Amino acid sequence: MTTLTVLAAGPLTLVEDLGRPGLGALGVGASGAADAAAHRLANRLVGNPEQAATLEVLLGGARLRLDGGGWVAVTGAWGDTRGGERRLEPHTATLLAPGEIVDLPPAAAGLRYVVAVRGGIDVPPVLGSRSWDVLARLGPAPVRDGDVLPIGSEPAVAVPAADLVPIGPPPTGDVRVGLLPGPRRDWFGDDAWAALASAPWMVTERTDRTGIRLDGPPLPRARSGELPSEGMVPGAIQVSPDGVPTILGVDGPVTGGYPVLGVVPSVFLDALAQVRPGQRLRLTPGHR
Amino acid sequence: MGVPILPMGDRALLAEPGDLDAVLALHAALAANRPPGVVDLVPAARTVLVRIDPAVLPLPAAERWIADATPLPSADRPAAEVRIPVRYDGPDLAATAELLGLTPADLIARHTGTQWTAGFLGFGPGFAYLVSDVDLAVPRLPTSRPRVPAGSVALAGPYSAVYPRESPGGWRLIGSTDAALWDEVRDPPALLPPGTRVRFEAIP
Repeated sequence: MTTLTVLAAGPLTLVEDLGRPGLGALGVGASGAADAAAHRLANRLVGNPEQAATLEVLLGGARLRLDGGGWVAVTGAWGDTRGGERRLEPHTATLLAPGEIVDLPPAAAGLRYVVAVRGGIDVPPVLGSRSWDVLARLGPAPVRDGDVLPIGSEPAVAVPAADLVPIGPPPTGDVRVGLLPGPRRDWFGDDAWAALASAPWMVTERTDRTGIRLDGPPLPRARSGELPSEGMVPGAIQVSPDGVPTILGVDGPVTGGYPVLGVVPSVFLDALAQVRPGQRLRLTPGHR
Repeated sequence: MGVPILPMGDRALLAEPGDLDAVLALHAALAANRPPGVVDLVPAARTVLVRIDPAVLPLPAAERWIADATPLPSADRPAAEVRIPVRYDGPDLAATAELLGLTPADLIARHTGTQWTAGFLGFGPGFAYLVSDVDLAVPRLPTSRPRVPAGSVALAGPYSAVYPRESPGGWRLIGSTDAALWDEVRDPPALLPPGTRVRFEAIP
């Protein structure tokens, strides 16, 4: 069995796969890779099945040693990533020699690197998934300096010969995502909806896998009273009593008691996972 | 007039039966006749969230499926009963009894003397909101505790609950149990899935 040694974990490095959907009635969310598209791509590049576990590295600052060598691919955030003595091109599978080190410096664009190793990170699954849920505190625990992670056996599929993946870096300027009316649109007046759909929203430091808190004009409610908790989804825009919107993330609460004014369509969730505090979001009504 | 069905993005719908018994009746009906493409069913106090994979079950088809469901009355729902032995030694027992105008012994008699039903889960993995016919409604504590031990038996609002894991919490703690409310290697991991009947038994 080969292993990956975590020389430096950086601010937060998590094992993630495609999550554990279907347990909401037991109070457990789906969780899984925040940027699922980057996770799938990284796995495809090294010939892994899409559900193989990868490492999700927040911001950068992580150093990982492939003790027995092997194929590695980095997707998601972009930075001056290195493998041994070479530059690791984004979205490209690279074969590292035993003991060579993957170095992920602070990302220049995007918020989360995804690192796939051929064979996948083979820690024991919890409830069918190798995903850490930061809110439920469930799954393989966050990676720490010095951890030695098992790598799974050689997949059946060879490393594909694809030489070019036409995907650029995540945007560093304003990001536009779609917006659909939420189930509690009628708890708000037309002015609140118009503000949500037109204002530039600043992504605050209060951004993690549970949600992205936005800064902008207050979104007043048109009615008072309390909403009994109800089921939530990633992308749901909850508005707290002080009129502040939060877009729920992959580890958001399974149920919540703040009214949902709007919902970001699922096709934009991967882009939201790469938006950094200080960037501005535009929410444009529609699916696209 | 069917149950109201509200939008929740491109991969979910929120059905709103309106009260907890109607929620359990709809949830049981949907769970019993679940087409491919339904990813998750999440009951809550007044609603059932239906999460779907629209590539398998498009939203309009899911909406028709929910609208056509015949709610299962209580008598027709599977009704496992779980017995939970409780030491009524909680730090809030006396104050909570006083708040209700009861002696601690009366509170314990009411808590053990009725059948509870797990309405829905939330707050954390395995945390079931239990309802019954007896009135033991109390407000939450003015200040939450930073740490509530696993197995704490509690009251807040119209509900009773047992903390599955150590966590912060603002419910009033009336007792404790050794029952494993949450076990990641058990199937299902939650002792009290929605609809489960519960009886508390005082350990003398």
